[in-house]
Amino acid sequence: MTALIEIAAPAAGRRPKDTGDRWGWLLLPALLLLAVLFLVPLGLMAWRSVTDPAPGAGNYSWFFTSDVALATLVRTLAVGAVVTLVTLVLSYPYAYLMTVVGARARVWLTLLVLLPFWTSLMVRTFAWVVLLQDSGVVNQLLGTVGMGPLQLIRTPTGVVIGMTQVLMPFMVLPLYAVMSGIDRRLLDAAQGMGARPATAFLRVFVPLSLPGVGAGALTVFITSLGFYVTPALLGSPDQALISQQIFTQVNGLLAWGRGGAMGVVLLAVTLVLLGLVGVVLRLTRTRGGVR
Amino acid sequence: MRTGPARIALWAFSVLVGFWLIAPTLVVIPLSFTDKASLVFPPTGWSGRWYTNFFTDPRWTEALLSSLQVGVLVAVVATVLGTAAAIALTRSGSRWAKSSYGLLLAPMIVPTVVVAIGVYALFLQYGLLGTLFGFVTAHTVLALPFVIIPVTASLRGFDRRLEDAALICGASRWGAIRQVTLPQIAPGVVSGALFAFVTSFDEVVVSLFIQSPYLQTLPVMMFASVTRDTDPTIAAAATLIIAFTTVLVLAATFATSRRNRVR
Repeated sequence: MTALIEIAAPAAGRRPKDTGDRWGWLLLPALLLLAVLFLVPLGLMAWRSVTDPAPGAGNYSWFFTSDVALATLVRTLAVGAVVTLVTLVLSYPYAYLMTVVGARARVWLTLLVLLPFWTSLMVRTFAWVVLLQDSGVVNQLLGTVGMGPLQLIRTPTGVVIGMTQVLMPFMVLPLYAVMSGIDRRLLDAAQGMGARPATAFLRVFVPLSLPGVGAGALTVFITSLGFYVTPALLGSPDQALISQQIFTQVNGLLAWGRGGAMGVVLLAVTLVLLGLVGVVLRLTRTRGGVR
Repeated sequence: MRTGPARIALWAFSVLVGFWLIAPTLVVIPLSFTDKASLVFPPTGWSGRWYTNFFTDPRWTEALLSSLQVGVLVAVVATVLGTAAAIALTRSGSRWAKSSYGLLLAPMIVPTVVVAIGVYALFLQYGLLGTLFGFVTAHTVLALPFVIIPVTASLRGFDRRLEDAALICGASRWGAIRQVTLPQIAPGVVSGALFAFVTSFDEVVVSLFIQSPYLQTLPVMMFASVTRDTDPTIAAAATLIIAFTTVLVLAATFATSRRNRVR
């Protein structure tokens, strides 16, 4: 290999021109692995969705006529929407605080947000199982303030609580990035013109922060659609999300075609939303309002 | 706004959110030291018996060893393939090299359960379920983006005239890369390797599909344990994972921040 590269090297003193594929072959091992263990599996899943158990679109017509399958898709989208909304409500003030405090407080606030990033998903979900169980801490606290024990685990509420905590960083970080780029003198200007502080905030700051809201919300929403571990352990089997349904179809019922069709639908929804992210990013960049 | 009630409310709200963010960690660690055989929090008495349990139960130790073995191999394979790919991505002028960047990062975006059933189908067909080879290759695909992103960033910050200088001084192309480029981008490569390890060490969904009774990883054992019983050994396992991944991520962050200071 060394000899080959030496022959390919240009005469000493001339800057190699990076046209052609002098370096391209270095991509091959990674692309090969990706083809065999990513593209082939996705293709296999799509293939089975139209061939198993019989050729045709049977699995898709099952999906779009089955009340259970459609309810699962709708529930997944609804849980994703609620998670996105709750994450936004919790993250917006938090990210805003990060932009107005001193450097040291900001480091701590950032650390708190990043902590979930490096705590294993399995560990966090287990912790929520402990916290939310019927005799858990949350219910004990609710008991002391006189609110009866609530059924939290094995409900969509439990799933939303667990998923929100896991997805917070994906909302806070883009919000912070956009908010810290907003020129605060615009708020002073608005107040100088006679706006009350709250009005200035709502009519100047909030609109300027919308690109961050859009980026964060879409990221959280898209990521939430693919969650398996959290809904499987915190949710109830009869309120399953689409990932759980796919798992059950393939692993439990060996219904490869149906599981594959659900997988293709999930993938399609994800890709459409990703396309939307691209559009949002391009819009904000051409408007150039933020930075 | 400096000390007004709005600001106090903002702080109070954010402190609550921050507390809620670390709540899982605050629960798991004390729980692993409970003396009761149940997952009741807060614990009433303390003991280290669940750690003893973890390290003497062959099911847990084998899962830990499998996870470590898979993780180390994934880190090695993903770092080698990812670094090679990152070099190509930052240098090749061809269009297909540019467009493969998105493809290489795709495993990060596509829902894991979708990848998992495809890999499951493939492995079922070729008898790769529950094999070390299967775990390492499947996890490597998921870990590649986490190597490619930091290494590509390091390479973008690297002044290629240093490599040209080495070539002028008579170094071979490979020699220049090995002796000049790689040491310069080492922080990015190290952080990529650590993130690849953590990705594999934490992965649950694909592992659930491709496991067998002979090869299970620690997260798979934990998943099974949560659904099955209330044995606090799982809290000990979780605490060990927290401690381990925190050290690794801090190391990776340190490696990256050192690179930024050098530049």
